Amino acid sequence: MTNEKGRFGIHGGQYIPETLMNAVIELEEAYDHYKKDPEFNRELTELFNEYAGRPSRLYYAEKMTKDLGGAKIYLKREDLNHTGAHKINNVLGQALLAKKMGKTRLIAETGAGQHGVATATAAALLGMECVVFMGEEDTIRQALNVYRMRLLGAEVVPVKTGTATLKDAVSEAMREWTSRIADTHYCLGSVMGPHPFPTIVRDFQAVISKEIKEQLMEKEGKLPDAVIACVGGGSNAIGSFYHFIEDKEVELIGCEAAGRGIDTFETAATVNTGRVGIFHGMKSYFCQDQYGQIAPVYSISAGLDYPGIGPEHAHLHDIGRAKYVPVTDDEAVEAFEYLAKTEGIIPAIESAHAVAYARKLAPAMDKDKIIVITISGRGDKDCAAIARYRGEDIHE
Amino acid sequence: MSRIREAFEKGKAFIPFITCGDPDLETTAAVVRAAVKNGAALVELGIPFSDPTAEGPVIQGANLRALKGGVTTDQIFDLVRDLRQDVEVPLVFMTYANVVFSYGAERFFSLCRETGIDGIILPDLPFEEKEEFLPVSRKYGVDLISLIAPTSENRIAMIAGEAEGFLYIVSSLGVTGTRSEIKTDLKSIVDVVRQNTDLPCAIGFGISTPEQAQNMAAISDGVIVGSAIIKILAAHGKDSAEPVGEYVKAMVEAANQK
Repeated sequence: MTNEKGRFGIHGGQYIPETLMNAVIELEEAYDHYKKDPEFNRELTELFNEYAGRPSRLYYAEKMTKDLGGAKIYLKREDLNHTGAHKINNVLGQALLAKKMGKTRLIAETGAGQHGVATATAAALLGMECVVFMGEEDTIRQALNVYRMRLLGAEVVPVKTGTATLKDAVSEAMREWTSRIADTHYCLGSVMGPHPFPTIVRDFQAVISKEIKEQLMEKEGKLPDAVIACVGGGSNAIGSFYHFIEDKEVELIGCEAAGRGIDTFETAATVNTGRVGIFHGMKSYFCQDQYGQIAPVYSISAGLDYPGIGPEHAHLHDIGRAKYVPVTDDEAVEAFEYLAKTEGIIPAIESAHAVAYARKLAPAMDKDKIIVITISGRGDKDCAAIARYRGEDIHE
Repeated sequence: MSRIREAFEKGKAFIPFITCGDPDLETTAAVVRAAVKNGAALVELGIPFSDPTAEGPVIQGANLRALKGGVTTDQIFDLVRDLRQDVEVPLVFMTYANVVFSYGAERFFSLCRETGIDGIILPDLPFEEKEEFLPVSRKYGVDLISLIAPTSENRIAMIAGEAEGFLYIVSSLGVTGTRSEIKTDLKSIVDVVRQNTDLPCAIGFGISTPEQAQNMAAISDGVIVGSAIIKILAAHGKDSAEPVGEYVKAMVEAANQK
């Protein structure tokens, strides 16, 4: 029998070098202590509300609802949080925890740069040192976010190994953590990696579904019929799903980045094209070849451009509690433009994957049904890339 | 007595690490034979992985060169079959959990026994997760070799108590790669290991010079060297057998100097 700790069905676990074992055990013990500590929770709630701007709005998208002619659509506006994405929820929690543990330095990986910016922000706020690892390819794609991180006082290390994208940034952050553990906390950005990270990150992001439930109860007096979120590692999705998992009548839908399509090699749709494997500290689904070599993945979205998925999602897929659907670059870009024109909201290209699927789903549902789409982040960072996709060259 | 145990009986063991297929499998075979001829007591054969998270830049480079050359796990089993025609020292694999998991543990370990692999080192399989493969590796008599790190502290007794083959003691924090100085108090780690097992223990990570080999061998049963050998391969390519052989000879002598 394999280790039961941090398992979601067969997935999860702690597949990491011995050098890191005491660090993750220390983290687990500290988290188990502080999650029950009223003072810690009071401080975190204050940071959420006064600093990050929570609770985020649950907005009735009336024009989109009328245009699609089916289910009533609500948008969970995580894009309105400070730093412009849901990433800040997790980062404030982990940074506060790290500070309580006596750590003085935060390291993080980042893809699109949103998690890196959030970590640099929390480090600035709490007076901690910060180093962010970012694939060299992504530092070019997301130059503005590199500047933001540096402005916030963080050091940004371009990662040149492998495909020079998110997975390589994770590998490099793990390598850095093995060389400096005593004063350093690895602020992992998604519900992935070794236990206890998938649980810690989920708990800090679960505020999203907690608020959706309360806000919708107030507005409609009932639960939603479907909750839709984009999935890379899956932190905004698990945050959006968590408090509905026991409400079996609520359909949970994760939207994976299909890139140029799941029948091509240029895709990052892990559940739809991957197999079970062991990588980055966890057992889960991964895009890989027949010998277990991790595949170079592709998506227009740097934030979803990752070859794995968090272990709890892998389990929700296995037991059929959530479904994971592929959304292509084309569909996401169309949804990006659609939400901007229809509701005056420019979503992150990651979140646009969820909007794209909702556009297919809503018309097929009755008008008394309700869909909640999590808009995980704002799209300002993507404007230059989308313009390029449409053949227009603009300077940032 | 197991072949691994025996390898530590004839003095201090020098253990070279070689990434299979860097730059090609013919070179790997020639380099392994040269190392054994010059006194290597045991050879660690790396099965390349696309994302080797425990490795520094030198061994990462070797992994990528090997994969770019198209080497596969199947071809590496063929290499072992070929080596076993004349190589008698223990051979242990060093790779990552996904390479074994994806191949299928049953098929992987049965081929290890069939071709003559004595043990395996998986840096991303800590004590807590060893049950993932242990039932199958035991079934085929392949030792699952445990690592002990400078941060292991209270875990050393637990790990050593259930260890197989030999103990791999990681000399320093961080990833593989040569280091000018090794600061960890390895003597006290080795002492705790000795209190909990009579298996041999070898020290690896950061060792490259004969002087380091001598110092590390003085407090343990052997030394493991990877990056320094990979650097020779990176410099000499297909003509690496001779320079690696000379290097191994010098390191074996240093390790066994009183």
